[in-house]
Amino acid sequence: MSTPGTTTPTTESLPPTRRNRSRWTDSEYRASWLPIVILVVVSVPVVIGYLWLIVSTLSDRTHGLIPVDSEGNFGGFTLRNWSFLWEDPQIWTITLNTFLLATGLTVGVVAVSSMAGYALSRLKFPGRRSLLAGMLILHAFPSVTLLISIFFVLRWLRDVPVVGSDLPLIGGIGYNTVGGVILVSVALQLPLGIWLMKGFFDGVSWDMERAALIDGCSRYQAWRKVVLPAVRPGIAALAIFTFIVGWGSFLIPYTYLVDPTNNVIAVYLNDLLGPTSPVNFGELAAIGLFQLIPVLIFFFFTQEYLLNIFAGGAKGGA
Amino acid sequence: MSPTLLLVALFFAIPVVLIAVLSFTDMSTATGLRVWNFVGLANYEQILNHPNSGVIVWATVFYVGVTLALFNVGLGLLIAILTTHMPRRAGFFFRGVWLLPRMTPVVVYILMWNFLAERVPYGVINEHILVPLFGADGAGLVPAAAWFFVILTNGLVGASFGIIIFSSAIESIPRDYMNAALVDGCTMWQRIRYLILPSLKWPLLFVTTYQTLSLLTSFEYILVLTDGNFGTRVWSLWAYQTALSNYFGNFQYGLGAAMAVILVVIGVAASIVYMKFFRFDELVQEPKIEAL
Repeated sequence: MSTPGTTTPTTESLPPTRRNRSRWTDSEYRASWLPIVILVVVSVPVVIGYLWLIVSTLSDRTHGLIPVDSEGNFGGFTLRNWSFLWEDPQIWTITLNTFLLATGLTVGVVAVSSMAGYALSRLKFPGRRSLLAGMLILHAFPSVTLLISIFFVLRWLRDVPVVGSDLPLIGGIGYNTVGGVILVSVALQLPLGIWLMKGFFDGVSWDMERAALIDGCSRYQAWRKVVLPAVRPGIAALAIFTFIVGWGSFLIPYTYLVDPTNNVIAVYLNDLLGPTSPVNFGELAAIGLFQLIPVLIFFFFTQEYLLNIFAGGAKGGA
Repeated sequence: MSPTLLLVALFFAIPVVLIAVLSFTDMSTATGLRVWNFVGLANYEQILNHPNSGVIVWATVFYVGVTLALFNVGLGLLIAILTTHMPRRAGFFFRGVWLLPRMTPVVVYILMWNFLAERVPYGVINEHILVPLFGADGAGLVPAAAWFFVILTNGLVGASFGIIIFSSAIESIPRDYMNAALVDGCTMWQRIRYLILPSLKWPLLFVTTYQTLSLLTSFEYILVLTDGNFGTRVWSLWAYQTALSNYFGNFQYGLGAAMAVILVVIGVAASIVYMKFFRFDELVQEPKIEAL
């Protein structure tokens, strides 16, 4: 906290939360305009693309960032770029697939890793140490290097009767089915999920759980009624993170779903980007924004949670 | 635990073994999945003698090195220092902005960059910067400066990891040290050089090693941006394209597997090293509740 000498009378009268925020009066923070100016400049390349995306979805065409009409004059506002939503029935199949993938991935990762994370955090069982070591190795291991052999596993799963390729909605769990893509994605996300959930469970006080056990709960009841509610924010963060990953995922569906017309949005969009496709910048931008909107909504409301998750789980990305 | 074990077996354990076995076979679209032979080390020999191997190794080293130095570590560190020298909320805001590229679906992200780099008058860079200020000819920029865009797009995504790790490390430096430095009349630069950087030794090492592995093995952004054209094919992409995705339609599973095995070996070795690094024993204390 600031010393009395630096606190101005006006902040004194404000409620405590306001006073904490008005750090600009601290001498250390008064000098912070320079870092902010530098950061704004450095951040321009990050933001400019989103600006372009939004402008061009709503205009006839764009010259750079400036929307123009067909004669090249400023203007040309239109909603025609969004017509794929009602003119192209394919988009809804694809959106459904994408939604199934994202939801399936989320449910799978959250369910499995909240159980496994708890077991690794709290239960004593033979092989626990080596399992934990294994999880840690898997977490660091670059799973994309296994895509080639997973291809064979999926082809093999496809030959499993009924579940392989004859399930409603998700198609099955084998090669060239949405279910297969979900299964692979869940597996590849699990090390991260388990690791994070174990961390959340580690943070729950032992006394709480012990109290529940003394009061006569079984281990399962203690998990279900005491521990799980305590890590609800962690589960929510993991779920949102996983949903975003699933919604945007490209490489796995691109590799294991053959037909680009019965695929996910990312693959469909990539197909339109190809050199042979007719180029309509505005429509491409609109499809891109269509995929981006749910991500942006989640992003704005859960930014600080996501920062924490990424600290634990950023991988790839180059 | 059992669903975990099943999934891990299906998609980690079996594939690791499978990819090693595959790398000793000549399996491809031509041989089919049934009539293949073990060919010993022939695939590895072929990689060694392949005319493109040298170029691709060099491209990979260049890509990993430059992206890591300029963006994942360099820019990450710069932004972490900047965001910790402003009001907390402003710092959070900017860290959030830099997280945005990583959150954005790959294809949408690359779509944006594709069009930023488009020819005049559509591309933002050409229309607003290169043509009016430097009199460029306004042609599309990706073919001409493919590496620039590959590194930039990957780097802007990768920087966020360093930003988050570094800024939380900087924030955990005891305030007394910072104040002492101020009292002693340190300049900003001296504070960075003698206080912040020395206390970031471990985070720097961690980010560097971790991101080296990530960059070495991930190729998704390059696949979408250039598909390996214009000389931007890196090793992992080469393996992927050889085995699973190319225009010729002959998928050489065996050869591709051999290429990937090299990365798998590096990956396994690096993961084990990490595990040793991060004082694993502290993470696996015996559960206390059993003592009840």
